[in-house]
Amino acid sequence: MERIPVLKMGELLMVTIQVDMHDRLARTLLEDLTEAISAHGIHGVLIDISALDVVDSFIGRTLSTIASTAQVLGAETVVTGMQPAVAITLVELGLSMPGIRTALNAERGMAALRAALGGRSERADGSGSGHDA
Amino acid sequence: MAAQSAPTAAAVDTTLSSTVTVEIRTDEDVVRVRQSVRAAAVAIGMRLVEQTKLVTAASELSRNALDYGGGGKAELQVLRHGPRCGVRLIVEDDGPGIVDVGLALTDGYSTGGGMGLGLAGARRLVDEFELWSEVGVGSCVTIVGWAS
Repeated sequence: MERIPVLKMGELLMVTIQVDMHDRLARTLLEDLTEAISAHGIHGVLIDISALDVVDSFIGRTLSTIASTAQVLGAETVVTGMQPAVAITLVELGLSMPGIRTALNAERGMAALRAALGGRSERADGSGSGHDA
Repeated sequence: MAAQSAPTAAAVDTTLSSTVTVEIRTDEDVVRVRQSVRAAAVAIGMRLVEQTKLVTAASELSRNALDYGGGGKAELQVLRHGPRCGVRLIVEDDGPGIVDVGLALTDGYSTGGGMGLGLAGARRLVDEFELWSEVGVGSCVTIVGWAS
């Protein structure tokens, strides 16, 4: 079955969408990510869409659903690399994608996730000694 | 009769230079419509934002035809009107039709599980938009995007 590969890096998942997704493929991605988050105790998900030249309401909604579902399971999601023409179109279409955190590119997205997770693991440790003096 | 009207009218009339038809039966067909529209938009020299809006509108309408109309077809035409070029897409289905067309074009209206952006959203993305629907017969939406 056709799938979008999901890479696990420590407590992060990384996905780059490189194909023009049809709806079933988008739904499969949602299910795969949700299962992986729950199975591996994932805390952060990065989805790079820089190769997507169209994000219509279904794909946009699926990205929102992934972010909300991940949130419920305790993971942060960041969507990176949206093309400017896609951003303009989404706004005119009327899709605001509430609750979705975005970053200009994968590098910044990864930095944002690490920053969010750094704070979280310090709290989880209770030691707060993670910083260099 | 056809011979009489041709010469003078041709300079100002909108003419068709090619037509492609894509059947819409599966999710993959919606992608196929997007790709055909993109190819036509690129071929007539539309700017990237114009292309993206037109392709996105085409995607919304094709999905509507599939999800609510039980499938249908999309007919793609390249238009020439004097120096201007455009792409026209006619998406039709023989589904249940739309009871209240005005309501269907309202933001936020949806009969399915979606957010109801399909028709109203698609209309905002294109230069021309026409919706025809008859209950029990089907629906037909025509959109046009012109290259600037």
